[in-house]
Amino acid sequence: MGFKNYILVCGGTGCESSRADQIYRSLIEEAKNQGVAEQVQVIKTGCFGFCEQGPIVKILPEDSFYVQVKPEDAKELISEHVVKGREVTRLLYNKEERKPYEEVEDIQFYKKQLRIVLRNCGSIDPENINEYIAADGYKALEKVLFEMTPENVIDELKVAGLRGRGGAGFPTWMKWNFTKQAEGDVKYVVCNADEGDPGAYMDRSTLEGDPHSVLEAMTICGYAIGAHQGFIYIRAEYPLAIHRLEVAMAQAREYGLLGKNILGSGFDYDIEIRLGAGAFVCGEETALLQSIEGKRGMPLPRPPFPASKGLWGKPTVINNVETWANIPVIITKGGEWFSQIGTQDSHGTKVFALTGKICNSGLVEVPMGTTLREIVYDIGGGIAKGKNFKAVQTGGPSGGVITEENLDTPIDFGGLQRIGSMMGSGGMIVMDNDDCIVDVAKFYLNFTVDESCGKCAPCRIGGKSLMNILEKITDGKGTPEDIDQIEKIALAMRKGSLCALGQTAPNPVLSSLKYFPEEYKSHIEDKSCPSGKCKKLIKYEIDTAKCIGCTACSRKCPVGAISGEVKKPHKIDQAVCIKCGVCKSTCKFSAIDIK
Amino acid sequence: MSQNIFSAELNEFISAWRNKPGNMIMVLHKVQEEIGYISEEAAAEVARQLNVPLATIWGVVTFYHFFKLNKPGKYNIQVCLGTACYLKGGDIIIEELEKVAGLTVGGLTDDGKFSLEAVRCVGCCGLAPVMTIGGEVFGKVTKNQVAGILDKFA
Repeated sequence: MGFKNYILVCGGTGCESSRADQIYRSLIEEAKNQGVAEQVQVIKTGCFGFCEQGPIVKILPEDSFYVQVKPEDAKELISEHVVKGREVTRLLYNKEERKPYEEVEDIQFYKKQLRIVLRNCGSIDPENINEYIAADGYKALEKVLFEMTPENVIDELKVAGLRGRGGAGFPTWMKWNFTKQAEGDVKYVVCNADEGDPGAYMDRSTLEGDPHSVLEAMTICGYAIGAHQGFIYIRAEYPLAIHRLEVAMAQAREYGLLGKNILGSGFDYDIEIRLGAGAFVCGEETALLQSIEGKRGMPLPRPPFPASKGLWGKPTVINNVETWANIPVIITKGGEWFSQIGTQDSHGTKVFALTGKICNSGLVEVPMGTTLREIVYDIGGGIAKGKNFKAVQTGGPSGGVITEENLDTPIDFGGLQRIGSMMGSGGMIVMDNDDCIVDVAKFYLNFTVDESCGKCAPCRIGGKSLMNILEKITDGKGTPEDIDQIEKIALAMRKGSLCALGQTAPNPVLSSLKYFPEEYKSHIEDKSCPSGKCKKLIKYEIDTAKCIGCTACSRKCPVGAISGEVKKPHKIDQAVCIKCGVCKSTCKFSAIDIK
Repeated sequence: MSQNIFSAELNEFISAWRNKPGNMIMVLHKVQEEIGYISEEAAAEVARQLNVPLATIWGVVTFYHFFKLNKPGKYNIQVCLGTACYLKGGDIIIEELEKVAGLTVGGLTDDGKFSLEAVRCVGCCGLAPVMTIGGEVFGKVTKNQVAGILDKFA
């Protein structure tokens, strides 16, 4: 190919939000203006993962990794890098420590990562099927259709030991096998792209960056189980991912990779998109199927499992996006290869959305068995703003907190369960000492209470009762008996709820209670919130030794609670104070303390 | 019979989906895309065209957060309250919006210009806390920036 440089611009939702599209258009425009349009190809790719530093622009073949690029920088990138062949140092990541032309893989954020699911994210144009094909795309489908029997395909997955990445970790080959063996002529394949865990965006990025990998995998599954129709159930809140899927499906049909008689094999298969409508419970498989059928998304009792009675009563395989994205690679490289990666309990990799109080927020993919410490400190660069690590929450509203003492636990399905959390879909939220653990538990519980479909009483009523107790505690009205009550209600919810939403809803409360009992205790017994987050439990006070009487705070106070003479220490009237914190952020002398 | 209140394009979409199983949510999405929310008249029209009881449609509309029952403002403000945004102060942005524009979650300004919605994760956690106005995303928003951002939509 005749291009001197390839310029990759991140087109994930995060970077698009910070004007990546404008950067992309400016680069093309500038290349034209400076007469080098023939020498460069500008490509908009999927997410690079390093969202903290976005928007990201990578220029090949030098592998120059430019961060926090602005549309105005396009001119210089073209004139310096492309025309003169000199890197634009001021835009490079980590410019102080970096050696010239250092490989991207050497950047600390990427060093410990292994990208299988995200293999094409950030390196191909997701809206161009040719680029996917050039990256070995659809090779697995070809191999399956012409060299493998359906049994071979399922055996390969068995050897690989792939487990579902949606949360529960059920072996994928078993799901497929049950569905294959179920009686019936009509069977369905469903992709669960209803990523509802707040603070997680693994699936969205995969679909935005590499939509064909999911289409290819779903077609392979259709062949293996004898289905001819697939559905992708995706959140309506993901317009970019929906658009890229639609483009990918149209291109696949044009290339004979979807539709009638795929690649001349005689196998017919097609895929349709069905939109979700913002109900977290629809991540549960039976609820999801109800929603595809156009109904209220309420879970059904299992059994029967979807593998025997699923969509419109027909045997159905449901896997989530990340699980699907693993499959083409397993077929091309072999189950044996895949089974060598990870731990004995969990093979392969896991994608996490690393967010919260961390230096390098972003999307990371690591081999199973990597420790949390490696993710938080080596990849994530540690806690932002020099604060102290407090805990990390995995598994979202169904998971739990992990503290310092367990940071060296290797991450796999069993490992996380043993320390009271769970793998979940991959949200990983880091907290520092400014975060109140009771408040965070309340946040998650509020989410599940809001999202409970209301079908069964333990979840509907139990969740609300737990919420009332937590509110009582953060309002300073808690009693020691509340803790026993929490445990009783949690047990009832766990035992009595129909689906995982209700069964796991108490987890964030229970695990925070287990690891931070003293923090609950100080809320209940001392009526104080150590991190200062629970407003009803805190007091703003002026340190008379530091206050110089500049009056800045009293002028800013919206309720006139601060009084005092000029150049003399001021005072806050606690009866009037609404604890908005304006005084503290106004004071230039750090004279206001939270107590 | 009631007056057909939908555009030709929307009517066409509905007839294309009429006989497909599981069409209701797809149709409701299209309706909301056109008129901004699901009004009572719109729900009645969908009931008529798909030949399903209005109660069934209302059951679906009220189950899903995405479907709105009230007309949104000219600019709909979404403040993300996903976990990352919450930890980084998404709730402070909501408080500030209430202070500067008198907006409450689910509410509308008197002039109908802004409406406010709290949403779960708009998917750019690296930019937390995030708010969007009319689809434009504002990242790493601080309390002091809120008034200025609203002014851009004057």
